[in-house]
Amino acid sequence: MTTLIARRIGIAALTLLLVSAVVFSITAVLPGDAAQAALGQSATPEMIAALRAQMGLDQPAYLRYLHWLGGLLSGNLGQSLSNNTPVGELIGLRLPKSLLLAGTAAALSVPVALSIGILSAIYRGSRLDRVLSTATLAMVAVPEFLVATVAVLIFAVKLHWLSALSYVPDAPGIVPMLRAYAMPVMTLSFVVVAQMARMTRAAVIDQMSQPYVEMAILKGASPARIVLRHALPNAAGPVANAVALSLSYLLGGAIIVETIFNYPGIASLMVDAVTNRDMPLLQACAMIFCCAYLILVLLADVFAIISSPKLRRR
Amino acid sequence: MTAPIVSSRADPQAAVIVVRQRRSVWRRWGLGLSPSGLIGLGTVVFWLLVALLGPMLAPHGVGAIVADDSFAPSSAQFPLGSDYLGRDVLSRILYGARYTVGLALAGALLASTAGTALGLAAAVSGRWIDETMSRLLDALTCIPSKIFALVMVAGFGSSVPLLMLTAALTYLPGAYRIARSLAVNLNVMEYVDVARARGEGRAHIACFEILPNMIHPMLADFGLRFVFVVLLLSGLSFLGLGVQPPAADLGSLVRENISGLAEGSPAIMMPALAIATLTIGVNLLIDSLPGRTKRLSQGALR
Repeated sequence: MTTLIARRIGIAALTLLLVSAVVFSITAVLPGDAAQAALGQSATPEMIAALRAQMGLDQPAYLRYLHWLGGLLSGNLGQSLSNNTPVGELIGLRLPKSLLLAGTAAALSVPVALSIGILSAIYRGSRLDRVLSTATLAMVAVPEFLVATVAVLIFAVKLHWLSALSYVPDAPGIVPMLRAYAMPVMTLSFVVVAQMARMTRAAVIDQMSQPYVEMAILKGASPARIVLRHALPNAAGPVANAVALSLSYLLGGAIIVETIFNYPGIASLMVDAVTNRDMPLLQACAMIFCCAYLILVLLADVFAIISSPKLRRR
Repeated sequence: MTAPIVSSRADPQAAVIVVRQRRSVWRRWGLGLSPSGLIGLGTVVFWLLVALLGPMLAPHGVGAIVADDSFAPSSAQFPLGSDYLGRDVLSRILYGARYTVGLALAGALLASTAGTALGLAAAVSGRWIDETMSRLLDALTCIPSKIFALVMVAGFGSSVPLLMLTAALTYLPGAYRIARSLAVNLNVMEYVDVARARGEGRAHIACFEILPNMIHPMLADFGLRFVFVVLLLSGLSFLGLGVQPPAADLGSLVRENISGLAEGSPAIMMPALAIATLTIGVNLLIDSLPGRTKRLSQGALR
């Protein structure tokens, strides 16, 4: 089991290396731009050349990549171009906020999604299942900004429960904090719940076509018992995978949600980095998102290995 | 005496066959679909027509400032109200749909064709090529789609061809993975062995033996890619990083009217709803397709 897990970790590390190469080569393919962007339109060619030498942009691409990778590994993320602060500092300020938002959304959506998924698997083919399936199918396809605008319209404009589009920094007390977080969390959870519920249902139903489930049916076990006692333990691996993949969607959804609600997280930092063509900041943000994705998938893999007796004994 | 018995036996069978044929004709025209599938089909056809004919149907010019107030509510003159400059929202949507639908069709088509071609190549080639290609494309799937798009926009800007390419590259690995797994399963079928024994080349086997048998699931997958691309590109436009002004897709319309949110203006709701009906319609249509094509949509992730 440990060798299996160690191998998964090794593959994840290798993938991360490949990802870093992809991110670097896309963002660094036009080397002149960073110096040009830092100095603006009025810069003379000599000034740009000097700054490029200072930033190390005149070196060949593979050297720059190795330098950047070394910095990444040693925790030195470079200097932000747009406001001349270390990238690490900027990210350190924003990352906890994003993690709090994503964590709250995950804590809310996982139980809801699993219950919807398992419930529709138990009553597969019933009217409840059909309604839930169509509803989640439609929810999956809704853009986040529609969810966000409808939420603002209902809770802020019509009902006046929550304030629209404003994040209250360091809100004192529990009620203002709830009010600040309610809409971003709701919006983030909306699509994730639908995604996760559909994948959970599919994973459980996939087990329902196995011979041991047929045996349980012939024995006369109730549908709830068949799903909860027989199918679900065997579907734990795929369900964990579904949860991880859906949660990884939080990463992308956060970009829209943080922007629309003006939430000072790492995703809105990344959008600013794209707008300002602030490459060091952008590269660091992209790597953090990819890392988060890989960690989620890795955790699901490890959970699948631990939860399956067949793999556990290897 | 025996003849009538035979014919009376044969008749119901013949009738069944005729009914089956008739049903399959219905099915071919999409009328064997479930109600939700029909709604989906209707919505998709509607949006395709809008993308094709929209500018001809638009009551006002795309940039014409026709209303006296900004964010006017819907009226007989402006069915969907006016936007932040006093332009007609309905006309803006009719023009904008062309960008949203056209870009998404092109991007999804590119992703699906390239993914299918690479998947087929991987399945019929040796293990080495297959492994390398699969590892590389797997690494690409580890970059969340919106992050990848942001990185691409930062690196190369957001011209229309580049947005299309970005969308195609983002969803190529997913299409590849599905095409490859379908093709690998078909590659071990007996009729493929027969073709190989006949001395057919790899290209012939890929194009004439395997491809025709995976075209239906790949079409369903294409529909899903289309939905993903619509959501990705309108999300980018919403962030101001997608289609650049003066051109505007449906996502840009939501962005430019965001200040109308506080008054609940239709100028912000209608474009957002337009995107949602398009994507939900395609999803409903794919979901009601029969058989194994449907299974694709259950495990898919945007």
